[in-house]
Amino acid sequence: DRHLSRCDTKINVIVHFCDRKDEDDGTEIGEGGDEWMHGKTLIKPPDQLDLTEAELKEEFTRILTANNPHAPQNIVRYSFKERSYKPISSVDQLAVHFFLEGNLLHRDSDEARRQKAKQGLPDEKATVALECDVSFFPQLQAAGGEEAGDVEEGGGEDGAHSVDSKTGKKEQKLTNQFNFSERASQTLNNPLRERGCQTEPPPRASFSATANQWEIYDVYLEEMQKQEKNKEKAKAVPKKEDDKVIYVLAKVAKIIERMVNQNTFDDIAQDFRYFEDASDEFREQEGTLLPLWKFQYDQAKRLSVTALCWNQSYKDLFAVGLGSYDFTKQGRGMLVFYSLKNSTYPEYNYPTTSGILCLDIHPDRPYLVAVGFYDGCVAVYNLKEERPEPVYKSSSKSGKHTDPVWQVRWQKDDMDNHQNFFSVSSDGRVVSWTLVKSELVFTDIIKLSLVGAVSEGPEGVPPPTMACGTSFDFHKQINYLFLVGTEEGKIHKCSKAYSSQFLETYDAHNMAVDAVKWNQFHPKVFISCSSDWTVKIWDHTIRTPVFIFDLNAAVGDVAWSPYSSTVFAAVTADGKVHVFDLGINKYEAICQQPVVAKKKTKLTHIEFNPVYPIIIVGDDRGYVTSLKLSPNLRSKPKEKKGQELPRGPEVEIAKMEKLLSLLREPENSKA
Amino acid sequence: QAEVEETLKRIQTHKGVIGTIVVNAEGIPIRTTLDNSTTVQYAGLLHQLTMKARSTVRDIDPQNDLTFLRIRSKKHEIMVAPDKEYMLIVIQNPSE
Repeated sequence: DRHLSRCDTKINVIVHFCDRKDEDDGTEIGEGGDEWMHGKTLIKPPDQLDLTEAELKEEFTRILTANNPHAPQNIVRYSFKERSYKPISSVDQLAVHFFLEGNLLHRDSDEARRQKAKQGLPDEKATVALECDVSFFPQLQAAGGEEAGDVEEGGGEDGAHSVDSKTGKKEQKLTNQFNFSERASQTLNNPLRERGCQTEPPPRASFSATANQWEIYDVYLEEMQKQEKNKEKAKAVPKKEDDKVIYVLAKVAKIIERMVNQNTFDDIAQDFRYFEDASDEFREQEGTLLPLWKFQYDQAKRLSVTALCWNQSYKDLFAVGLGSYDFTKQGRGMLVFYSLKNSTYPEYNYPTTSGILCLDIHPDRPYLVAVGFYDGCVAVYNLKEERPEPVYKSSSKSGKHTDPVWQVRWQKDDMDNHQNFFSVSSDGRVVSWTLVKSELVFTDIIKLSLVGAVSEGPEGVPPPTMACGTSFDFHKQINYLFLVGTEEGKIHKCSKAYSSQFLETYDAHNMAVDAVKWNQFHPKVFISCSSDWTVKIWDHTIRTPVFIFDLNAAVGDVAWSPYSSTVFAAVTADGKVHVFDLGINKYEAICQQPVVAKKKTKLTHIEFNPVYPIIIVGDDRGYVTSLKLSPNLRSKPKEKKGQELPRGPEVEIAKMEKLLSLLREPENSKA
Repeated sequence: QAEVEETLKRIQTHKGVIGTIVVNAEGIPIRTTLDNSTTVQYAGLLHQLTMKARSTVRDIDPQNDLTFLRIRSKKHEIMVAPDKEYMLIVIQNPSE
């Protein structure tokens, strides 16, 4: 802007040469020249005016005015307003005769101050500059003496001066001390124009995800599975129906149901886990049974529990066989599996056409269940499969029993790795069944024949030679040895090897032997119970029982405990559970407790849980009750101070052995 | 497969159960026994919480997974059982 403004102001430099002055000078010089020339003769110039004498004598007045004679008197200017030339009214009459630019500065002016400052500065600094400046000053002064008026000269000095000032002093930046004019110009700027266009933005979707450790793991897992599938070239699996949403929820629904049940039966669950009856300390040696869950299935209401079995692998799962002992009221049956985690509804249930009398779960393959029916059939169920029928079933062609099957037991796999189990029935046969591919192949192991006097019937009909087996049990360690209890009250010790001969026969009871069980620890001891109200404990080398207990009611079932060789429990028809510990009390039960509400309910079966201190008891109304054993019932021998008591089956065996030896001695002494 | 249906029905009629909701993987309720607004609220909130809980469990050990989640409050207990694609929420009043 400063440039523009400077442009606007016109700097008029009018330099007029006064022509007349020159002429005057010329004439004067001419006159002087005349004197130089040989001035005697006046030479008339040829173009001299010829004037008459009168004109020569004419007086001319010369006035001294302040007017500049050389100033033009009729300067005309073009007026844009009137679009014509107009004479200027007043003409500048100033004539400059002499112009000298001085070199004196007022002492208070900027320039003077600066010079003073320069001179006032210490000598070591910029002495050169000072000298330069000082040197220039005389020049200035000298120049001032001459005719000047030359702005240019001053400008030149000025330029030199300013250069010196720049080179001389670096600390103190001096601004230009003389007037300077800046000249700048600017071209016209082109007007700016903005042009733009916009396309439609591409469709955007925002995506966010987290990269957690498990997400990475999932992706890797999927990749692996895909690769495996490609390798195997598996066939395409038909997809589940997606429209049936709820079928996917099977597992989740199960979990939720268990949770809901746990909430409802929260106190029972807590008792099961943590409750220990403290009053046992005051109760000498007796114990109690704490009732826990009660399992019932409304579709099994009329049926009685005919078999109970715990699953060895899943310790909270047990199987209940339902049927009827009343031979007049034979109808359907049911195989039901319950878990302790859900007491309101069974995990699995299989309805059967005939009542179940016995069942056994395979110890190694917890999904295989062998079942014996009232109609003499045996069947094997596979829990893994969805269908309600058994995978194997014996039929009349394939050697099924002709009488109810009272007991089944799984055996170790045979040499061909086929599973096999044994069954005993009232038709007197002990049969071994082998699962070969899709069939049950049977083998008669032994035929139970009546021991004793064979008397001819009245019409010469040969008396029934077959005894009716009602229970059996295999020895825990000696594989081929087993015991069979019969309806006549005898117990036979048999071997798998001998099919016609018994190793030993015991006159056990007066009525049918309901259960016979080997001791879990001691290899020689077994127990038997019967409807003749007695429970007897035997040493298989001795033909007479070691212990006899009278329970005042028909004994339905008896079971050894898995944690102690001297503890067993029995159930009677009057609804009581009797628990004995021979180590504590050899003559009486340490617990006798009714467990069912109504006295008319007969208890039919009892089983100890392999790990937890609970027992399940089945009755003839189809209910299964679970009970917790109080601490007194599971007592271990007291530890002597400072001595670590060895645990394990040896201890148990030793315990029992001690008991037996006590008994044997008086016997020996008697004998 | 009707067993699942039966199981759900049993849960619904169990003692103390106030309501059940089936929620899909995006948190949208599919089946419910409660009224609409309550259902939507429960579904949305519990879905987020379950995802967070599951993420926590799996972050600690990627081979692990969440089985179920229980939230016990003064008034009742909310139980959530997540699945790969669905989630089952049950509200029960435990002590009645």
